[in-house]
Amino acid sequence: MTSTADLTTHGNYADYVTGLPVADTAAPDGPIAERWDRRRFEAKLVNPANRRKHTIIVVGTGLAGGAAGATLAEQGYHVEQFCYQDSPRRAHSIAAQGGINAAKNYRNDGDSVHRLFYDTVKGGDFRARESNVHRLAQISVEIIDQCVAQGVPFAREYGGLLDTRSFGGVQVSRTFYARGQTGQQLLLGAYQALSRQIAAGNVAMHPRTEMLDVIVVDGRARGIVARDLITGKIDTYFADAVVLATGGYGNVFYLSTNAMNSNATAVWRAHRRGAYFANPCFTQIHPTCIPRTGDHQSKLTLMSESLRNDGRIWVPKTRGDDRPPNKIPEDERDYYLERIYPSFGNLVPRDIASRAAKNVCDEGRGVGPGGQGVYLDFADALARMGRKAVEAKYGNLFDMYARITDEDPYQVPMRIYPAVHYTMGGLWVDYDLQTTIPGLFAIGEANFSDHGANRLGASALMQGLADGYFVLPSTINDYLARHPHHDEVSGEHPVVRDVVAETEDRLAKLLAVDGDRTPDSFHRELGELMWEFCGMARTETGLRKALERIPQIRAEFWRRIKVPGTGEEFNQSLEKANRIVDYLELAELMCLDALHRAESCGGHFREEYRTPDGEAARRDGEFSYAAAWEFVATGDAPVLHKEDLVFEYVHPTQRSYA
Amino acid sequence: MALDTRTDRRPSFAGLLWGSTVGKKTAMAVSGIVMLLYLVVHMLGNLKIFFGAADFDAYAAWLRTIGEPFLHHEWFLWIARVVLVAAVVVHAVAAYQLSRRDIAARPTNYAHPSPGHHPWPRRFAPHLLLRRRASYATRTMRWGGVILGLFIVWHILDLTTLTVNPRAEAGHPYENVVATFSTWYGNTVYIVAMLALGLHIRHGFWSAAQTLGAGRPGRDRLLRGLANGLAAALTLGFIAVPVSVMTGVVS
Amino acid sequence: MRLTLRVWRQKNADAPGAMSTYEVDGISPDMSFLEMLDTLNEELILGGDDPVAFDHDCREGICGACSLVINGDAHGPERTTTCQLHMRSFSDGDTIDIEPWRASAFPVVKDLVVDRSAFDRIIQSGGYITAPTGAAPEAHATAVPKPAADTAFEHAECIGCGACVAACPNGSAMLFTSAKVVHLNSLPQGAPERASRVLDMVGQMDAEGFGGCTNTGECATACPKGIPLFSISTMNREFVRAARKGR
Repeated sequence: MTSTADLTTHGNYADYVTGLPVADTAAPDGPIAERWDRRRFEAKLVNPANRRKHTIIVVGTGLAGGAAGATLAEQGYHVEQFCYQDSPRRAHSIAAQGGINAAKNYRNDGDSVHRLFYDTVKGGDFRARESNVHRLAQISVEIIDQCVAQGVPFAREYGGLLDTRSFGGVQVSRTFYARGQTGQQLLLGAYQALSRQIAAGNVAMHPRTEMLDVIVVDGRARGIVARDLITGKIDTYFADAVVLATGGYGNVFYLSTNAMNSNATAVWRAHRRGAYFANPCFTQIHPTCIPRTGDHQSKLTLMSESLRNDGRIWVPKTRGDDRPPNKIPEDERDYYLERIYPSFGNLVPRDIASRAAKNVCDEGRGVGPGGQGVYLDFADALARMGRKAVEAKYGNLFDMYARITDEDPYQVPMRIYPAVHYTMGGLWVDYDLQTTIPGLFAIGEANFSDHGANRLGASALMQGLADGYFVLPSTINDYLARHPHHDEVSGEHPVVRDVVAETEDRLAKLLAVDGDRTPDSFHRELGELMWEFCGMARTETGLRKALERIPQIRAEFWRRIKVPGTGEEFNQSLEKANRIVDYLELAELMCLDALHRAESCGGHFREEYRTPDGEAARRDGEFSYAAAWEFVATGDAPVLHKEDLVFEYVHPTQRSYA
Repeated sequence: MALDTRTDRRPSFAGLLWGSTVGKKTAMAVSGIVMLLYLVVHMLGNLKIFFGAADFDAYAAWLRTIGEPFLHHEWFLWIARVVLVAAVVVHAVAAYQLSRRDIAARPTNYAHPSPGHHPWPRRFAPHLLLRRRASYATRTMRWGGVILGLFIVWHILDLTTLTVNPRAEAGHPYENVVATFSTWYGNTVYIVAMLALGLHIRHGFWSAAQTLGAGRPGRDRLLRGLANGLAAALTLGFIAVPVSVMTGVVS
Repeated sequence: MRLTLRVWRQKNADAPGAMSTYEVDGISPDMSFLEMLDTLNEELILGGDDPVAFDHDCREGICGACSLVINGDAHGPERTTTCQLHMRSFSDGDTIDIEPWRASAFPVVKDLVVDRSAFDRIIQSGGYITAPTGAAPEAHATAVPKPAADTAFEHAECIGCGACVAACPNGSAMLFTSAKVVHLNSLPQGAPERASRVLDMVGQMDAEGFGGCTNTGECATACPKGIPLFSISTMNREFVRAARKGR
């Protein structure tokens, strides 16, 4: 797994070198349905009596982190857990609305583990690893059992059994849900399990503490450097293994549906210390978000995809038609999804719906402020179902829309526009969810493994909980059992001293610049650049332009940033600025990855690579691999390691929704 | 073992009740309801005054003979008094302790002068707007309680021990009552106290029902109706006496 | 819009605080309340001042981080979280008072940021169902009657923002505590720990220094998620039942 590439200095960031391929050595072979059992059997175990001698650091308390912390503590390990929020209950998993998939086949509608596996690999546009996805489908069943036992109030039918619905254009009803707050309910389940372990003393919880670096000693992850956000104190924490459950990096785009403070610092710092970063350009753009209203916009709000079940999407046929929507006659409206994709209509997958919206807006036919929106019209549904039925089904979403836009969606069509929502890319991990730094694991959205180039609806919750409750707690044993006797590491170790000094220097430097631009102004500038050139549709020229611009912004950042206050206090500007430092490097890697992947697949759409009818054209011959990037130095071209993807069970086909 | 998350240590039922805010509030609710039941009987007895002095005095005398011969003369009355005093003490001590705790729990008031809401005139979806404030009755429970406590002292000195009664003729309650309500201060004190009583019961009864766990989604209207009805009936019933004396209906 | 803001400023937990007055101009009615504060902070930073610290994260009304008392109302004049409140609820020229949650169990950390870890400790004391990973029976092994499932959900919606405590004149955490007790105690899965859960959680709530309930109803009025007031009554019933039964 280590790089042997020639590491001469590269003048141009885009002149990356290709190193040795990277392989997933942890995955067993044999029939795919037996691989997880085999891995669990072959993995070494840690004697229960010895577990309490092991400390594991878990960073993040979302679905993956919360579930992992609770489960590892139940197994007897000592867990040190961290989150930047004031409480572990606030992790952004809480905002997931739709549901969680599981191959329970309660509907007897032909679902099975194999079908969920198949749908996920296909939905990911054949850029995910088969063995991981199959394991995910297997575990999905156990997740529902676990959550029900914890008291998660899933929707039920009158007979008292669990209700399911079909989601995201899938043909089976395998999505379990708790009204529009499934993420909240699942997260609270994990939070409560974690709380129980905190009370028992098995988990030491550090809220309002942000990880700023990982400590790697003798090639193994041995701890983290973290900042107490209240006092500003920088501390070191040591452990036998470190688990990153820190979520995705969608906030690189400034405007996204991520929480304001969700950030990429943990994964980026791990990447800088040697963990490969895989498929950074795979980002998901969600089609049904509320459009921005102006430059003051700080974040975007998602509305459940379920709205597309009954709403019809349209724009005026002529450019610049600024009549109010109800003054535009039926024959002057373009129901473009129904026109282009007659069989799927408004229910085409997320990436396709998003791109189509962008296209009509680029043609000048967008509606609302700045022409950045399309109508999602319920007039037909209201006429067909009646207001009462619409209210029962979508009332809370309509309320949310009304509150944010001050428009009545029962009278005026809603306006929607795509927004960055999820990042499929992340730290490269093997079947054990271990990164290329031994002892450093990445789970949930922070890793890259299961969704390929596009994630299906209701699969993020499934993956987070699968990793946290079931996969990591089984695989981490193997690492700990094989490396039981670590030398003690202390703050006096030269490596530790260096990492701490580096962190302190970075913060001190941020405070010392005392320039004339706020952190937000840089973040917004970077975000706009990324949205334009590395957003829904990418071109070689655009990406090259972005790659040229990012180092300039970075240089300007270090010249003109202004962070008030000191590092020894509660300082939200300093937190923000420090996260932007990492965005400014990660953005560059995302653009490079997008540039190098000269094909269109899933959420990655390159204008140059499309089928004659304008759809994404995959190039399996050249790009059927996961791109794992190795860090060299800030601004220097990274090294590409390819992990070839082998499809033994699901054979790549071109997706077609026409 | 790693899975153990709690140890056994449970105080007694009484300890649990008096030792927690929820339990102490339960004691307040129960003692409040005891006093409320007494007040209903007391008010109905008061109305005897409209049947003349003889009826009223005979009723007062009968009160002393309840339970005879099983109980000795006046014993029932004393038992009732002991129960009532206990109820008052429990109610007052719990209220005092809880109030101190409540004030300590919220030591700083908001700088914004009296929260009041001027809703933004939304053209649609009015259900997204707030907001109903706690009623006057709710906000005056503590002062109302203090007023009632002071009133009880005066009331006992006036019509039980006759210490401050203008006429103070033992064995002639009718005349004593009329005497009290023939003074301006007697009427003022009594009527103010009874208005305070009405407010106290209006929130207190509903609150006690919540505290005792009787609150349920479909029952709120009933409970609030009962509380308002009880408050109105008791206030009107009690005030009827001084008003009648003032207007000369009773003399 | 042009607004006058009176904001509580407090350097840290130990320093005294005071209301400071700021003027902001060019506020759009489409801005969220927090975006209006962002605008103020951008100006403060460029002017060399310390920006106003406030908790916020998801900005879509579900994480429960945001926590401002606006003109004396927790989360402001509408029934929502601060992050979903928009400036069109105010008028040009308004003076707006912005204060932190006030309760001795929620000490101020800085400016408008308070420490709500007491809520976490209440959950830790019993707000869970003991169900170690892997030990779960098949999900359909126990049917849950729909009314019970709906009651559980209605109470599980709590986002732990603390508006109930902030709005309560007694700084009481009854609505928060009862929401979790009722959520878990309504479900068959929560039955084995039903008694110990309510006793332990009420005990912890008291130990944290929250006030008692006087049924003013301010909590349920302020609750952005509409946790019903009868939740408290249900918990009271559970408490007495549990106290009578012992464990």
